[in-house]
Amino acid sequence: MPRTGVFICHCGTNIAGTVDIEKAVEASRNFPGVVHAADYRYLCSEMGQDLIKKAIVDNQLDRVVVGTCSPRMHEGTFRKAAAEAGLNPYLLEVANIREHCSWVHKDIEEATPKAISLLRAAAAKAVLNESLDAPELEVEKRALVIGGGIAGIQAAIDIAEAGYEVDVVEREPSIGGRMAQLEKTFPTLDCSACILTPKMVEAAQHPNVNLITYSEVEEVKGFVGQFDVKIRQKARSVDPVKCTGCGICYEKCPSKASSEFEMGLSKRKAIYIPFPQAVPNVPVIDRDACLYFTKGRCQICEKECPPQAIVYDQEDEIFERRYGTIIVATGFDQMNPSQYGEYGYGQHPDILTGLEFERLFNASGPTGGKVVRLSDGKPPEKVVFIQCVGSRDKARGMNYCSKICCMYTAKQAILLKEKVPDAKSYVFYIDVRTAGKGYEEFQRRAAEEYDVAYLRGQVGKIFPDGDHLVVHGVDSLSGKIIEIKADMVVLAAASIARADSPELGRIVGINSDSYHFFNEAHPKLKPVETHTAGVFIAGACQAPKDIPDTVAQASAAAVKAVGLLSKEFLKGEACTAEVNQAECSGCLYCEAVCPYSAISPVEIEERYQGGTLKRTVAEVNPALCQGCGSCTVICRSGSINLKGFSNEQILAEVDAICLQR
Amino acid sequence: MSTALNDKTTGYEPLIVAFCCNWCSYAGGDLAGTSRMSYPANVRVIRVPCCGRMNPMFVLRAFQRGADGVLVAGCHPGDCHYSTGNYHGRRRLSAFKRLVEFAGFEPERFEVRWISSSEGDKFAEEMEQMTAKIKALGPNRKMRDARWQSVT
Repeated sequence: MPRTGVFICHCGTNIAGTVDIEKAVEASRNFPGVVHAADYRYLCSEMGQDLIKKAIVDNQLDRVVVGTCSPRMHEGTFRKAAAEAGLNPYLLEVANIREHCSWVHKDIEEATPKAISLLRAAAAKAVLNESLDAPELEVEKRALVIGGGIAGIQAAIDIAEAGYEVDVVEREPSIGGRMAQLEKTFPTLDCSACILTPKMVEAAQHPNVNLITYSEVEEVKGFVGQFDVKIRQKARSVDPVKCTGCGICYEKCPSKASSEFEMGLSKRKAIYIPFPQAVPNVPVIDRDACLYFTKGRCQICEKECPPQAIVYDQEDEIFERRYGTIIVATGFDQMNPSQYGEYGYGQHPDILTGLEFERLFNASGPTGGKVVRLSDGKPPEKVVFIQCVGSRDKARGMNYCSKICCMYTAKQAILLKEKVPDAKSYVFYIDVRTAGKGYEEFQRRAAEEYDVAYLRGQVGKIFPDGDHLVVHGVDSLSGKIIEIKADMVVLAAASIARADSPELGRIVGINSDSYHFFNEAHPKLKPVETHTAGVFIAGACQAPKDIPDTVAQASAAAVKAVGLLSKEFLKGEACTAEVNQAECSGCLYCEAVCPYSAISPVEIEERYQGGTLKRTVAEVNPALCQGCGSCTVICRSGSINLKGFSNEQILAEVDAICLQR
Repeated sequence: MSTALNDKTTGYEPLIVAFCCNWCSYAGGDLAGTSRMSYPANVRVIRVPCCGRMNPMFVLRAFQRGADGVLVAGCHPGDCHYSTGNYHGRRRLSAFKRLVEFAGFEPERFEVRWISSSEGDKFAEEMEQMTAKIKALGPNRKMRDARWQSVT
């Protein structure tokens, strides 16, 4: 019988507050195989770990059970401690008596027997634990960044600077993302293009960065260190090697389509670059708008192109590459506020979203940088900004704060005053949130120096009246009904997850929160990690975020990626499946269910009636196996078992838990 | 909130074994704890890597040993950490539920639920509902193996 030691953590009062530790220790002493039981205030502390280590040596323990927080929290810590005391780390089991017990039950009379039952189950499992070794896996020394906005660009540059190759896959024809659409950035009012464009160029020119624009990730297979990624490079219809970026093609192109970059506020050509600073400066033919593709005639661009770079019969190219790590930085969308009928978005050209209004300030934007009403081209005198459109709205299930709106509204109100000195801005808000370095001061400046009127309250209705838009709201501080005859209305529409983020999440293996933003592995301590090893997230795909936070997170993700790439080998999964080949019938059902192609047939020789017999059986490649255990259940002869979660171990837990019946 | 193990009115407190996959449902249970939600202490969680790891044998063993209800919880279909494990689990366990019913055992005692790592509230709610349901059903007398009782 193994010699098990049980250690129970008080976690201050987190566990001790609702679990009678003394009782639990006493009960543990009677579990089969237990020769030592102890408790400590904080087992995860150095002193706590030393206590475990010393007890292992003093009592010649060969199994350890730790009753503490979730194994997802500190299993690694305790396994390491056990290893330091000379024990195989997989001989340790964790009983989760905090998250699954003391924190969810208020009554000590309830929580104590449950904690004892969970400890008994862990002890019963531990008796059957075996020493395991994690296989060593090779690391492909290349990173993939999905999304070429500021987050993706920053992460790519950081990884490249550390000396590793990095591919950036961007869906649009150019990198740059949302930041490229902005005119100025708060709170310093630097011009967005002026600070972003050098970064775009740096990424493009860096020998370690490979930009794969107009492309999408279709499939991700494999695991940390060895992700095999299928990338679809959409047909540009332009040869990027021949193209010099002269721009004659889009100058001459006769066909137009709505510009995605300008939020549909203006037209672009059928052959186009999304914005003047595009990187790479290689146009794309929009085949839905091109006359040659729709009607079979025109071909002007082909005739006019000096280096003859137009390739009409170019096709989508799908290629596969291996990466050691993946960073997802796919950014966000702005919600279409037309579902909010009271604001009349989409029914009047002078009711815009924040991002659309931003484009009016831009010299290359739809109005050439003049802030004018789109209805009649006149500069607005009164502009009403409405905050929290689709954010902090419990009634519509959008509970979260979009975080950037208070600040960009203040910025736009300041810019408006500078462009149109006679203009007056009104901001309807719920709360003004300006946490951040220099933010509060910036918003104060808007209110005090730029004469922006902040009205606490909500708008109930907007309706056109002649040339104007009547904004009907309430100022909840004075209790007065307010009516403003505005020239323009700007809606701070919610920042939302990309529409296809759940799909990408499925492809890459990241789960999402209820708003479809990607989930980090831990809200505080693992902000850029995900639950899939080797996959990191950065930027607004995780939650609404401003540029400083996005850049910081991108660099954090890059460090994580570089840390991984710098390793010679990675430790693989120790809890892998194992075939008892003597019993295996060779049906290979297991091969069919394995998501990692880790199982393959192998021929073995057996002695049979004096001679030898060749027979096909299944074999598991432990370097590929991730330990899901699907094969163990499909196996008809019951000859596959999963190390660390064996049939016997799980049944022992069931028996231990049911012992009270 | 029920005070599970001290129900003075009926005296009956069911035992529910919940098998939770490591990546979604177990983490959902962790989140329920971190968020200080509360559910009856009748539920005991066993961690499995994936609901595709769930051999129906584990469920039967729990019932034989006297568990009054068994819940298997995994990632939402499509969200499996191992990409396809919960599809196998879903198919196998729904067939198994029919079998349980066919064998004359109350199928309500066995449930499969999808709980993601962000659904701490759903975790607590499912545990609450399962407990209430099993309480109403009463003890598992059919499948429980009396010989086990005599051993212990």
